Amino acid sequence: MSFPEMDWGPVWLTMQLAGVTVVVLLLVGTPLAWWLAFTTSRFRTLVEAVVALPIVLPPTVLGFYLLVALGPHGLVGGPWKQLTGAPLSFTFTGLVIASTFYSLPFVVQPLHGSFESVGKKPLEAAWTLGASRFDAFLTVASPMAIRGFLSAVVLGFAHTLGEFGVVLMVGGNIPGVTKVLSIAIYDHVESLEYTQAHFLSVFLLAFSFLILTIVYAINRRLPVHVS
Amino acid sequence: MSALTAQFDVQYATFHLHAAVDIPLQGVTAIFGPSGCGKTTFLRCMAGLERSSRGVIRFGDVVWQDEARRIFLPVVKRPIGYVFQEPRLFPHLSVRANLAYGFRRIPRKQRRLSFERIVEILDLHNLLNRRPHHLSGGEQQRVAIGRALLTSPALLLMDEPLSSLDMTRKNEILPFLQRLNQDLHVPVLYVSHDLNEILQLADHVVVIKEGTIVATGTIQDVFARLDLPGLVEPNVVGAVLETTVAAQEPQFGLTRVEFSGRSLFIPQQALPIGTSLRVQILARDVSLVVGVPAAQSSVLNALEARVIEIGESRSDPYTVKVKLDVGCPLLAMITRKSLHQLKLHPGQKVHAHFKAVALRG
Repeated sequence: MSFPEMDWGPVWLTMQLAGVTVVVLLLVGTPLAWWLAFTTSRFRTLVEAVVALPIVLPPTVLGFYLLVALGPHGLVGGPWKQLTGAPLSFTFTGLVIASTFYSLPFVVQPLHGSFESVGKKPLEAAWTLGASRFDAFLTVASPMAIRGFLSAVVLGFAHTLGEFGVVLMVGGNIPGVTKVLSIAIYDHVESLEYTQAHFLSVFLLAFSFLILTIVYAINRRLPVHVS
Repeated sequence: MSALTAQFDVQYATFHLHAAVDIPLQGVTAIFGPSGCGKTTFLRCMAGLERSSRGVIRFGDVVWQDEARRIFLPVVKRPIGYVFQEPRLFPHLSVRANLAYGFRRIPRKQRRLSFERIVEILDLHNLLNRRPHHLSGGEQQRVAIGRALLTSPALLLMDEPLSSLDMTRKNEILPFLQRLNQDLHVPVLYVSHDLNEILQLADHVVVIKEGTIVATGTIQDVFARLDLPGLVEPNVVGAVLETTVAAQEPQFGLTRVEFSGRSLFIPQQALPIGTSLRVQILARDVSLVVGVPAAQSSVLNALEARVIEIGESRSDPYTVKVKLDVGCPLLAMITRKSLHQLKLHPGQKVHAHFKAVALRG
């Protein structure tokens, strides 16, 4: 068997997408998880359910609505097009937005859980010691919730890495712009290029296995024990 | 003398705290009452961890809260230290970093207590580089006290700091608390349901029952009141005396102490002469003698007394409480029959015979 000519484009694009998405997810998901952990609002249950929706919805449903919203006449895509002159659908930015929704529960849920187990008590102690709310979040809650952050980053990254349906609906299949790993694999299979499909699949499998192993190993050794 | 003035109403589904009180900013003021009476809520309101819908808290000349004027100083702006029931140390930081957490967050000019001083007073030297989960409960609570003190608070709030500890650990920390008050001059609000702790530590007492303040005053006055709801019967406190060690009689196992020119004997205390020592008399250990006392008696402690007031016992209809003046207030519990036979009445001169014990951790 000859070694196939590998196209690394989709691999690089996928890593970029997952990386950017995780950063956006942390910025959006951390305050959301914090609010869920400490609010007494009656809307909490509702927000929790909305955040969890992508876990149960078929990716095509989510993808369909995102496509409509991000399209040139959509709720988000329309104003965006007027501002920038280009639509959001079938672009990298569009993919980031879609992935953020799709992977949101995988970031919010571990953070929510670990903020809840940190609880209010250490924060109250920090406030009485002269720490502002943000200071207490940075210097007490975050280090104590470090395992939650680690899980959130890894799950968010890995889940974005493996998405297919949403990307296909919102991004299509444009090489170098929206053609990510999972779609490249699908393409190869469709055109009966099994060797290339194998190659990318094995890469994705090995990579996912590796980061999960590393994370679980680190997690065991973290010095913080929050009981 | 500057004071802390507080009035607030806190209403929860099952619980209502109504408080209006003036607390001197000097020495230890105990907030005393049974579990669930609202002591902790009281303290949390003082700290700003809880916000009452109606309330005014004034600390000296500074208004901390005035809901009528929509003033509410957040926790972080109040010059307080808070010691919680559980130590609440930060698990990801060493003892040293825990101690430094508040210290680093106050302006240099406001640091009245040095790091070294607190480490020395609380004996924390050997713990500095350890992690909180490697410490015993008593050690953790000592670190928590040090951490709060290192913010150089104008008021230290302590919420049953010893309640999670066993007897041995309690007795290990009590002397530290007594020293804090004497050496550092930080006024303390100390919440507890443990009478013994309060008798050892407090100068002033605020008694709370079912969300209402039922008595406030110096420890001597509060425990000499006849109308205090039956919080502590049958161990009703007769008197708490501030005495000075005057002489040792080791051959009899006794120590002689003095207070306002009068002498008492207590079981021997290994303390140098001149040391101040708090002494307790239980009301049931006081008996009364009318007429000329016997020239010789086996009773060691006998003082001239004047009857001030006679009141009912809440727990036992055949017992009465007699409030006496022996240079300070003293309560005696005697049977109704004795009251009848001695024909006691206010103003009458009697002799009080009693046994006294030292209050020490």
